[in-house]
Amino acid sequence: MSEELKTDVIVSNPLGLHARPAAMIAKLAMKADGDIWLTMDDETVDASSIIDILSLACTNGARITLEAESKSDIEILRKIRSLFEKGFDE
Amino acid sequence: MNNRESEVSGEFTLSGISGSPGICIGKAYLVDREGVDVIERYFVGQHETESEVSRFKSAVKNARDELSAIIADVPEELRENTYILETHLLLHKDKMLYDRTIDIIRKDQVNAEWALKKATARAVLMFKKISDPYLGARAADIEHVSDRVMRQLVGIGEVNISGIDKRVILVATHLTPAETSQIQLNRIMGFITDRGGKTSHTSIIARSLDIPSVLGLETATSMIKNDDLIIVDGNRGTVIVNPTEETLLRYTELRRRYVIRRADIVRSGDLPAESADGVVFPIMGNIELPEEVVGVRDNGGDGIGLFRTEFLYIGRNDFPGEEELYEKCRETVELMAPHPVTIRTLDINGDKEIQSMPTPNEVNPALGLRAIRFCLRKPGIFETQIRAILRAAAHGNARILLPMISGCEEITETMRIIDRAAEALEREGFDYRRDIEIGIMIEVPSAAILADAMADMVDFFSIGTNDLIQYTLAIDRGNPHVAHLFNPLHPAVIRLIRYVVDCARDKNKPTYICGEMAADPMNLPVLLGLGIDELSMAPQSIPEIKNKIRRLSVADTGRFMVEVLKKNTASDIQELIKNRFGDILYNDIYA
Repeated sequence: MSEELKTDVIVSNPLGLHARPAAMIAKLAMKADGDIWLTMDDETVDASSIIDILSLACTNGARITLEAESKSDIEILRKIRSLFEKGFDE
Repeated sequence: MNNRESEVSGEFTLSGISGSPGICIGKAYLVDREGVDVIERYFVGQHETESEVSRFKSAVKNARDELSAIIADVPEELRENTYILETHLLLHKDKMLYDRTIDIIRKDQVNAEWALKKATARAVLMFKKISDPYLGARAADIEHVSDRVMRQLVGIGEVNISGIDKRVILVATHLTPAETSQIQLNRIMGFITDRGGKTSHTSIIARSLDIPSVLGLETATSMIKNDDLIIVDGNRGTVIVNPTEETLLRYTELRRRYVIRRADIVRSGDLPAESADGVVFPIMGNIELPEEVVGVRDNGGDGIGLFRTEFLYIGRNDFPGEEELYEKCRETVELMAPHPVTIRTLDINGDKEIQSMPTPNEVNPALGLRAIRFCLRKPGIFETQIRAILRAAAHGNARILLPMISGCEEITETMRIIDRAAEALEREGFDYRRDIEIGIMIEVPSAAILADAMADMVDFFSIGTNDLIQYTLAIDRGNPHVAHLFNPLHPAVIRLIRYVVDCARDKNKPTYICGEMAADPMNLPVLLGLGIDELSMAPQSIPEIKNKIRRLSVADTGRFMVEVLKKNTASDIQELIKNRFGDILYNDIYA
């Protein structure tokens, strides 16, 4: 897999990945052509499922790897990445 | 009931206390304290799985439409604050819930309810492992969504008697508030318990779930067997076991009338509660969780008259931090804006034990270290909550309500803490509001007696009738031996409330009622007549109370009070109300 399909982010909002950020991610991921994955430690979840994202229990400071399967989803991956960088506007 | 017939059929009636209104007919399910699986599983033939799948899909669609309509009702300027509901909207179609439920229906060839329950349980289970308390609590979002769909599923074909045995009526010795909220109550038809009374928290929750219940039956668990057919009449507080065909027919008809009457009332819930002579009363909802705001809005509530914050503290091992409390309060305030949200500061008592701070072994917790007494003893915990509320107040219309005030010095001391919190927030550069309305609960008789002095110190009074009655009459409402003596229309209670309202009015301060007394239509002539300014109750009761207020005249009830105050017993007063306002207020489905 090419490097640009994989990127690391840090959870920077104080409450971690709770329902609202998870919904923001899932909304984007649902539009993707292929699957988008979130990995923390050895656990990988489907970014288009709020429940799956929530089950990762990412608290503030957690390091997460974002991964897209399809090259056409690079833009979506970038948008998700920027959500993390902006701390989900919280 | 005909005796000979009853001997043959084995029909008998148990009498208890009405916990919540309504009538249900179904099979008994005895629970131990572990909780219960209440959704029946049945297999559908291979050729029927697809129709079961489409039944599920249309339930999801209806649930989403219902939710979209709620979101659409939120004013434009607050649209960005509806994220919880938007998240729920997305959750309906979440793979883990939606796709999985469909998979289960197809693979296991089971009914949609069971499949949904299974998918939900699996999703929720993942959250049990999460140690972060805030994230772990998100399981509630999934359950919320699942419940909305489940309501759609089970709501279909409910009139058909043959379908009823798919669901059950819980029979338990006792259900604590925490257990009651854990058990998925809106998936069951109703419940009955041996212990408890009308104003126990269990019944408050039952009312909010809109299912009938009868409490304080004493012998229900020993007299009723699993799968016995029972009729729960939550209006009258009776349970009929093994009914004859004749009784069954009669109650089916009563239930039909009740449902129709209730639907009529709910339809007009959005209209204001304007009395026949033009006085408009804000009718507010009592809630325990921010999510319940939806129920208040659905029922046409004009705000939150009582946000009990204890539930943010129980069922966890530590105290919630300021950010978490702030988030919850803000959520609630934003969802309800511009209507007021009355946030009651921490009120722990024997009923609701906090794991992180086990109550010291008190012989009589109702008279012990609780509510404001506890908070003033632990100013750190208290100040954290006050800071969270002051910050949340910047996002809408919030009020602070102090519980269990029994003397003026408690108010003085609390005001000092509030000032200190505000000064700190100012220093630290937070957004907050100090000019928030601050009121006290009038629930200890000493506070009622000092109402004239206290009216100078606060912005409003809110009468917590449950405790005020308990302390005034010295009756433990959870004790079935005396629960029947617990009566809001006791002349002593009425006189006490009258004094409080009069004192407040002298100082131009409003008096609200947030106890369950406000939810019983029979009490309305007295409350209106006394000059109460605002009523708050379980959200499900709002439409009916609004409906009754529209049929009363405030001037009329004021004059009526002269007669009421001449009576010396609760039963005389009840009789008087029944004779005078019976036509308007009384449950007429039994006619």
